[in-house]
Amino acid sequence: MSTVLTNVCKQYDQGKTVLGKVSAEIKTGEFFVIVGPSGCGKSTLLRMIAGLTDITDGEISIDNRVVNNLSPKDRNLTMVFQSYALFPFLSVWDNVAFGLKARKHSQVEVEERVNNALKMVNLEDLKDRKPRELSGGQRQRVALARAVASDAKICLMDEPLSNLDAQLRIKMRQEIYALQRKLGITLIYVTHDQVEAMTMADHIMVLHNTEVQQIGTPAEIYKTPANEFVASFFGVPPINILPATKLSSKSLKVNGDFEVKVDQVITENELKVGIRPNELRVAKADELTANATVKNIEFLGDEKILYATFNNGNEVSAIISSETHFDLFDTIKITSTNNVLLFSQDGINITKGVGDVVNA
Amino acid sequence: MLKTSTTDVVPEKKVEANSDRKFKLTAKDKYYASIFVGPSLFLLGLFVFYPMFRTLYISLFLTNSFGNTTLFVGLDNYVKLISSPDFVASMWVTVVYVVGVTFFTIAMGLLLANLASQKLPGIAIFRTLYSVTMGVSVSVAAIFWLFIFNPSAGFFTLLTKMLHLPTVNWLTSPTNAMWAIIITTVWMHLGFVFLVFLGAIESVPTTLYEAADVEGVSSRYQFFHITLPMISPTLFFVSTITIIGSFKSFGLIDLITKGGPTNATNMLVYRIYNDAFFGGNYAKSSAEAIILAIIIAFFTYLQFKFLEKKVNY
Amino acid sequence: MANIDETAILKRIFSYFLLIFLAVVILAPFFIGIWTSFLPTADILKGNFFSTNVSLNNYFDAFTQTPILRYLGNTVVISIITMFAHLIFCSMSAYAFVFLDFKYKKVFFALFMVTMMLPSEAAIIPNFQTVKALGLLDHYSAMIVPSLTSAFGTFMLRQSFMQTPMELKEAADIEGLNHFQIYWNVVLPYNRISLITLGAYSFLGAWNQYLWPILVTFSNNSRVIQNGLKQLQSEETFNNWGMIQASAAIIVIPTIIVLFIGQHYFKSGMNEGAVK
Repeated sequence: MSTVLTNVCKQYDQGKTVLGKVSAEIKTGEFFVIVGPSGCGKSTLLRMIAGLTDITDGEISIDNRVVNNLSPKDRNLTMVFQSYALFPFLSVWDNVAFGLKARKHSQVEVEERVNNALKMVNLEDLKDRKPRELSGGQRQRVALARAVASDAKICLMDEPLSNLDAQLRIKMRQEIYALQRKLGITLIYVTHDQVEAMTMADHIMVLHNTEVQQIGTPAEIYKTPANEFVASFFGVPPINILPATKLSSKSLKVNGDFEVKVDQVITENELKVGIRPNELRVAKADELTANATVKNIEFLGDEKILYATFNNGNEVSAIISSETHFDLFDTIKITSTNNVLLFSQDGINITKGVGDVVNA
Repeated sequence: MLKTSTTDVVPEKKVEANSDRKFKLTAKDKYYASIFVGPSLFLLGLFVFYPMFRTLYISLFLTNSFGNTTLFVGLDNYVKLISSPDFVASMWVTVVYVVGVTFFTIAMGLLLANLASQKLPGIAIFRTLYSVTMGVSVSVAAIFWLFIFNPSAGFFTLLTKMLHLPTVNWLTSPTNAMWAIIITTVWMHLGFVFLVFLGAIESVPTTLYEAADVEGVSSRYQFFHITLPMISPTLFFVSTITIIGSFKSFGLIDLITKGGPTNATNMLVYRIYNDAFFGGNYAKSSAEAIILAIIIAFFTYLQFKFLEKKVNY
Repeated sequence: MANIDETAILKRIFSYFLLIFLAVVILAPFFIGIWTSFLPTADILKGNFFSTNVSLNNYFDAFTQTPILRYLGNTVVISIITMFAHLIFCSMSAYAFVFLDFKYKKVFFALFMVTMMLPSEAAIIPNFQTVKALGLLDHYSAMIVPSLTSAFGTFMLRQSFMQTPMELKEAADIEGLNHFQIYWNVVLPYNRISLITLGAYSFLGAWNQYLWPILVTFSNNSRVIQNGLKQLQSEETFNNWGMIQASAAIIVIPTIIVLFIGQHYFKSGMNEGAVK
């Protein structure tokens, strides 16, 4: 009982590939986030699941039933659009009731479902308003209520929070998460925002360049990214990727500069290391021993982000305690803890133990 | 019929050309399509395409008094028309009328719209007053102006008498009759054209004028170098629909001059009507109708082409 | 500083002068027509323009001695039917061109576009024969049937329908609406401003028809108002200017009222559309 994608492909008439061979299993009742930079095909994938876009090749099945040729309504799902797709000429109540009426539910059932859904998203008082009389967050709630009112077990959301301001986004994130848990529906959620993916998902699918990069839990994705792209996509500020050379079988020289010891046997001579900003150590140094210069400092409260340029021109960012004081153009010495990720020259994660987890 | 032939009040906007957005194609579409588009297609076929071809067909024959074709004569009817001084004079009259109406309608419309686009207290009243002729139909316009032009009791006659000026025979002198028709047509179309121009002028970004004000540019210069170039697409649109509308003029002529005096206002559509339904010469009338269709098609095509490109300034 | 103010004020005065002058010129035919409609014809013919014999007699005469009410009624019926026919047929074909995919769609659309280029004035002879063959002469349907649909209306609504957010249609797809339901429950309500606009154009277009009705109507039973005034003017009432002016006023006043109400409605409609 789940949604299974098998080698799903999308090509347009001109032969341009938008998605190539996507496979995944989305379990019933889970919060599944499809994330990737714009243009990676994530919305197309969602629309293919919905049945709004044709599949060029491959197979989509929902609960052991191949749905490739089923029309959207027969797939028994709901969708929340980025623009909410509210009917401007209908009241909030009628917007929520729209699909139920179309599916010919009984009057009593429609009323009950709509009222319950509106209650769940705290819109009971606004049920007679028109969409244009609502704020962005309220419109978003109407769209959610529409999904809630439906009896469909799968809900698709296409960047539902991208039209909201930052604070509202955090609030709605929590509400959507709570709703999904409460209703126990399968939620397939598309976003370009890695924070949304990390905070809400049971499983994340990372899409990039028409390919699946990795599927995993937020922790897996963060701790054991399949490759350099995934590593860079998650985490703020992004992970620092620096060139490294083999020193001995278990140690590396990073950026031609400082040494890092690793718990595995290194086989390649030239490789790359990924160091999260909080794994870097920064100390003041005189010009003789310094390996970098401070370029910018952002104060965040408990910590600061320090942006620096190595003497060879590579740039890094480090998270440091807000107690430490640096000025612009200070010369500094940057080193790292041994908690680093190793990538081959072409970006594959070769850190010990990663191969077991990565399934893409 | 100028008011109704507003070919592009809704300009073709760019539509998302995202092939991802292609609608799902089902076999059922065919069934729906026949229901949705079938009736219109049938009606247009019966009342536009068929008659156009039929007219073309008739124009290549001689006809009897019932409008039935008798003898195939090829382009003879056209040759006869073009070599007939009567028809050439008629075409000339039509062109003079079209040019006159187009020029004065646009000039007056621009003047009014430019004046009414000023930000002055009470300007809304003037906007309403200027657009009032939109509610005037052909026959009402004709009646109002017929009285004004009336030689014995008319308002102009009264005016000239009061000012001790020589009386002008509006409807009995060929030149004046043409003026009378042009004035009435311009007056009737003015409300609509004014509103279209006003809308265009108001959509010019005010920052352009503010920038010009800062530069100390005179308002006359602003009109010719900012307003006019910015509204040039509208100018083109209004020109073509005015040209098309006035080529098709019939009602005012029928009501005010009946083509006279001495054919001075006997324009194309009036000829088509007279030759067929009073002269009984269906072949000649059809040839004239085809000439009209070619002229109208040319200007409409011009408008479509321009709309497609949407080039301005 | 004072200098600038002075020129600004002068400019303003000049603007108002021009505005008022032009308003007078444009409205003069109305004023003259409506003023004379209250005067006895005898005074009008004598040139006694500022007569004080103001009365509603001309209106009374127009209503009782002429079939003007009949003409008005005929025209209203024909215009309303034409308007609704346009709204239905044009919106349906526009829906097909935007939301349906079918064979020869491009060809059909090109045909519609070509239709817009062909003047109906050039088709009067065969159309007259068609209507005659159908036995519709001197009957309302002679004026309604040939203009049940409009290529221009289809084109205009197509432009508008194309602006309908695709998500709305997709949301309806997911809920399982068929094309009739999407047409009726989504596309028409979303585009009601354009529909109102088309309705107004179609109504006015039918109201202003002149050449076609003059060909196919012979009696007061079906004669429309545009031809009716000509009829009055050519009959025995020819020189009864007071009554003719009253008839013209009777026709023009309702359309102007409708126009003003409409203008207000269109404005608020536009705003509504813009805020979505």
